[in-house]
Amino acid sequence: MKPILLVDFGSTNTKVTAVDVDNCEILGTAAAYTTVETDINEGLANAVKILEETTGPLEFQEKYACSSAAGGLKMISIGLVPELTAQASREASLGAGAKVWKTYSFQLTKGDLKEIEAYHPDIILLTGGTDGGNTECILYNAKVLAGLSYDCPIVIAGNRNAADDCQEILEGRTTYICENVMPRLGELDIEPTQKQIREIFLNRIVQGKGLTKAMDLVSGIIMPTPSAMLTAMELLSEGWDEIEGIGELIGVDLGGATTDVYSVADGSPANTMTVIKGIQEPYTKRTVEGDIGMRYSVRGILEAAGDRKLSKIAGVNRNRINEKVEWLETHTDYIPDNDEMEKIDYALACAAVETAVSRHAGSLEQVYTPCGLTYVQSGKDLRRVKYVVVTGGALIHAKHTEEIAKYALFDETAPGSLRPEKAEILVDRKYILAAMGLLSQQYPQAALEIMKKEIAYYGHQE
Amino acid sequence: MNKKKLVIGVIGADVHAVGISILQHAFEDAGFEVINLGVMVSQEEYIAAAIETNADGIMVSSLYGHGELDCRGLRAKCDEAGLKGILLYVGGNIVVGKQPFDEVEKRFKEMGFDRVFGPGTAPETTIEALYEDLGKPETEE
Repeated sequence: MKPILLVDFGSTNTKVTAVDVDNCEILGTAAAYTTVETDINEGLANAVKILEETTGPLEFQEKYACSSAAGGLKMISIGLVPELTAQASREASLGAGAKVWKTYSFQLTKGDLKEIEAYHPDIILLTGGTDGGNTECILYNAKVLAGLSYDCPIVIAGNRNAADDCQEILEGRTTYICENVMPRLGELDIEPTQKQIREIFLNRIVQGKGLTKAMDLVSGIIMPTPSAMLTAMELLSEGWDEIEGIGELIGVDLGGATTDVYSVADGSPANTMTVIKGIQEPYTKRTVEGDIGMRYSVRGILEAAGDRKLSKIAGVNRNRINEKVEWLETHTDYIPDNDEMEKIDYALACAAVETAVSRHAGSLEQVYTPCGLTYVQSGKDLRRVKYVVVTGGALIHAKHTEEIAKYALFDETAPGSLRPEKAEILVDRKYILAAMGLLSQQYPQAALEIMKKEIAYYGHQE
Repeated sequence: MNKKKLVIGVIGADVHAVGISILQHAFEDAGFEVINLGVMVSQEEYIAAAIETNADGIMVSSLYGHGELDCRGLRAKCDEAGLKGILLYVGGNIVVGKQPFDEVEKRFKEMGFDRVFGPGTAPETTIEALYEDLGKPETEE
């Protein structure tokens, strides 16, 4: 037996997962309140204590951790044209596991700078212009950022012809030059930037977040939690060496404040009759819906879905729905304890999944042109995806998880939304995805075996 | 690296995909860097691409007769987007039916296009015009 401890420092809870990599088994999981304000290790020690109550004392050989505590990895993205480099910049940051507070396009104003100062991001991603393209805007924005009052790490990943000049303008500050996120029009190259962001997170950000003490306890690899999630989903989808993955998939992580959607899928058009619009989509894509969550952002669900729809799903009248949504917003620890609230929570979860996945998936429009009928696709076509993996406290502990997850699927009443037509629902019952992403950095094979056992297996049962 | 840059594409709801690829190759062979947006390109897409790539000209193709409607206001939008004075060409079957070309040319020039090409124009003709307007690229060694 070779026990390894995987830690996820969340904003509310510190979750621990113990695995035995020799036998590819989960030994146990536990959680305790995160104590980032005092000493983050207290929460960790508490969680381990709870864990050992069921597993017995364990001699951990290695410890790894990911974190979304203290606001996670806060970033802002800057590009030139909103639907081109600004979008590419945003995709790069989200895929690196960041929380992107705002994406700016064109020239920054003094007001923007003040806003950025007030938000105090951990990293700024500065892009703009294709290689050999516009240099004016990124140089201007570099000059504006030179006025920042604190040394915020800036990743420069725009027009390569302006990179050196940008770095010169920002002299004395911490800057990193990366490949252009959009080297040619519409083409994405975001991986080098994402790698750089993760490195900065590991080397610099962790120290500023009260996580330094935890660094002594763990053997390393501190990554942002969403990045660990994404890594796990990629591994589960693509497999490792001889072990096959399960193929293209979508992941939904429904939380109290936000809902993250991941897709590991190609998403190109289904036939040659389709014209595609917008920039190239990343194969591994992450979107975050800041207004969709079961508690803090419950109002966003109501606004997106409308009370009629919620009322129809829940079988509870519209007035009650409105009343209860308002109540839930301020009672963020609430767990349903009666029939009516269970129904309302169920309806909210369904609507949240539907909204978040619809926004993540692409859309298809029929256009009648003088040359005949044609189709225009924007975003990813996920209709052929075969698996939907659901995770997040609100989903895995809910009753009727499968029914809720079905709202991620294609809906005949909204045929333009390119969600999976026939997909199996897989449930991350033990909430281990982020831990497996961490584990995969050293033990990819064990992480994959465990995921196939714990996640895919349950799916096939239902 | 210092090649002149052209954004090309077929405007509006037009899905004629072959000609635009021929133009791309012709322009590239003639020494230009080409950003081909393909078919069903909106005015906004030409403009966004031209800003991001710092293009020297926008070449609009239209083959289905509705070009006149599709092209209206493009020059004004370019001005608004900071692309003042960018070279604008239009060519193809740009109007409905058979109309005297000098009238068509006049109308499109009034819309702000620098040059207007009728049906059956050879790529060489347009390339000559581009050399005149943007200068002939130095031959590469």
